[in-house]
Amino acid sequence: MDKFYHSVRLDQELCKGCINCIKRCPTQAIRVRNGKALINAKFCIDCGECIRVCPHHAKLAVYDKMDMMKSYRYTVALPAPSLYGQFNNLDDVNIVLNALQMMGFDDVFEVSAAAELVSEATREYLATHEDNLPIISTACPSVVRLIRVRFPNLISHLLPLNPPVEVAALLAAQSAMEKTGYKREEIGIFFISPCPSKVTYVKSPLGTEKSQVDHVLAIKDIYPQLLSRMNAVGEEREDLAISGKIGVSWGRSGGEASGLFTDNYLAADGIENVIRVLEDLEDQKFATLKFVELNACNGGCVGGVLTVENPYVAEVKLKRLRKYMPVARSHMDMQENADKLVSWTTTVQYEPVFSLGDNLMESFARLGQVERLCKRLPGLDCGSCGAPTCKALAEDIVRGQASEKDCVYYLRDSLHKLSEEVSALADDMHVGDKEELQMLRILKEYIQRISNEMSMLDSQEDEGEK
Amino acid sequence: MNDAIVLKYQISPDDFTRAGEASSDVKGKLKQLGISPEAVRKVAIAMYEGEINMVIHANGGEIVVEITPAEIKMVLADVGPGIPDVEKAMKAGYSTAPDEVRNLGFGAGMGLPNMKKYTDDMKIETTIGVGTTITMLVKL
Repeated sequence: MDKFYHSVRLDQELCKGCINCIKRCPTQAIRVRNGKALINAKFCIDCGECIRVCPHHAKLAVYDKMDMMKSYRYTVALPAPSLYGQFNNLDDVNIVLNALQMMGFDDVFEVSAAAELVSEATREYLATHEDNLPIISTACPSVVRLIRVRFPNLISHLLPLNPPVEVAALLAAQSAMEKTGYKREEIGIFFISPCPSKVTYVKSPLGTEKSQVDHVLAIKDIYPQLLSRMNAVGEEREDLAISGKIGVSWGRSGGEASGLFTDNYLAADGIENVIRVLEDLEDQKFATLKFVELNACNGGCVGGVLTVENPYVAEVKLKRLRKYMPVARSHMDMQENADKLVSWTTTVQYEPVFSLGDNLMESFARLGQVERLCKRLPGLDCGSCGAPTCKALAEDIVRGQASEKDCVYYLRDSLHKLSEEVSALADDMHVGDKEELQMLRILKEYIQRISNEMSMLDSQEDEGEK
Repeated sequence: MNDAIVLKYQISPDDFTRAGEASSDVKGKLKQLGISPEAVRKVAIAMYEGEINMVIHANGGEIVVEITPAEIKMVLADVGPGIPDVEKAMKAGYSTAPDEVRNLGFGAGMGLPNMKKYTDDMKIETTIGVGTTITMLVKL
C-alpha cells in the first residue's frame, strides 16, 4: 500500500503553469517546474483546494466510473449524507434511495446510519478518555493526513474510530453476504462521495489495514442520472431509510459534534481555518474542550469538490430535510460486534515530511542556509520561480530542488552584472583591423541595448512600488 | 557551519491579533529541523506564554531565539514595569492582568508557571520601572 497515494492529480495538457494552485495549496505542496505544476506527494493531503482554484481545470480527482457496477454479481450503494443536500424540495430520503436502486444498485446502505453508530461510540469514547481531551474527529481523511505530517503532538488526540463510510461498508458487505450467500468478492460496495479525499482513504486508509469500500463514485457523476429517476419514484416507495437527524447532520460542519450531546466542542471547516485551529490546539489554547470537529471543506462535506450544489445552500436543504426526522434510528446494540466494526485496527504514525534534512545536523545546517537565503531573496512572494513564497524557494534550494537563478529578481541582477562585465571586457579588447572595429561597435551596441531594456524593467518596478 | 541559528522578533504592545506570531514561526522552523515533537511542543507553549505576557504587561519587547543542535534558548526582553514579586507571579492562578484582558480569555495566572513547567531552565531578571528579561532553555 502506498503511504502517499493521491487522488488529486494534474492534467499535464491543460496546465498552463500559472501560479493559482501554488499560492492556494495549504501545505505548499505544489511547484511549477518547466511550465507545469508538480504535486509533491509527501506534502499533499488531497484536500482538493487546487481543483477548486485552477482556472484551467488542470487539476483532477481520480475516482471510479459507474460501469464498474457491471463487474459484480451484487452491488450496494453507500450514499454520503451530503448527497441528500443536493436536491431541491427533497422531503424524504427514500426518494433518493429508491432512485439509486432504479439506477441498478441491488441494495443501498446509508452512510448516515453508520454515522449514528460512530456518534454513539464517540460518546462512549469521550466518557472514558477524559484524561486525553480534546479528542479530534477523524472523519475527514484530509485532516487526518494533515495531522500525520504536520501536527505530531496531536496524533494521540485523534479519535481512534473508523469513519462512517468504513463502518457502513463493513455492515453493508456483511448483510449482503448473509442475504445472497455470495462470496465477498462477488459483492461490490460503492461509496457515493462528495470528495476525492475519500478516494485516498479507500486506496490507502489510515486507522485500518484495508478499506471495505470497493469503489468510489462522484456525487457529480451520479447526480444527473439520479435526478431523472427520482422523478419516476412514486408514492408507493420502499422504506429504505435507516437513519435520523444525528446521522444526516454529519453532512455539514458541526453535525458530527452535535451528535455528541455536549456543548463543549469546536467545529471548524475550510482547510485554512482547520490549520489555524490545529496550531492553537498544539499550543494548548483549548485545554478545556471535549471535542474538536474539523472538516477540510468549507461548510463540511457538502463543500466537497465532487458535489454540485453550493455548500451553504446544501446545508439549508439538509436542515430542512432533517426537521421531521427522528433523532436517531441506528444504534450500536442493533449490530453484533459493533465495537469491533467501529474501532481502529491500526495506529497513525507521524511522517516528518517537512524536515529540511535527513538528520538533525543536516536539517540544522539547512535551516541556517534558509535563513541566509531568505535575507537575500526579494521577499515579494511573486511565485514566478514556481514556488509559492520566497521562503519556500529557499527551502527548495537547500533541498537541492531549485536554484537561486529561479528567482527572476536574482536573475535580473546577475544579468546586470554580466552585461557590465562583458562591457568592460569589450573596452579592454585590442583591435587590429577595420572589420574588427566594426564588430566591436556592434557588440557594444547590443550590450547597450540589453542594459537599457533591463533598466526599463527596473524603472517599471519602481513605478509599481509607488 | 554549525553556529547557532539566531531568530529575532519584535513584539508589538497591545496587539492581540499578532500575539503568537513569533512563537508560531519558531514552531514551524523547529518542525523543519525534525527535532522531537515533545521539544517542539515545550518551546511553542513556553514561548507563546512569554509572548502573550509581553503583549499584556510589558508594552511589547524583543524575543531572541538561539537554536543549536543541543538546545533552544529563548531570551524575552522588555522595557515594561518589571515584576514586583517574582515568587507570587510564579504561583499558578496569580495574575495582575486587567479585566479587559481577562475578558479576552487571557490572564489566567498560568503564564509564568507554564513557562517554567515546559522548559528545562528558566531565569527571570527584573527591575521595577526598567524591565524584565526572561531566559528559557529547552534541551534537545
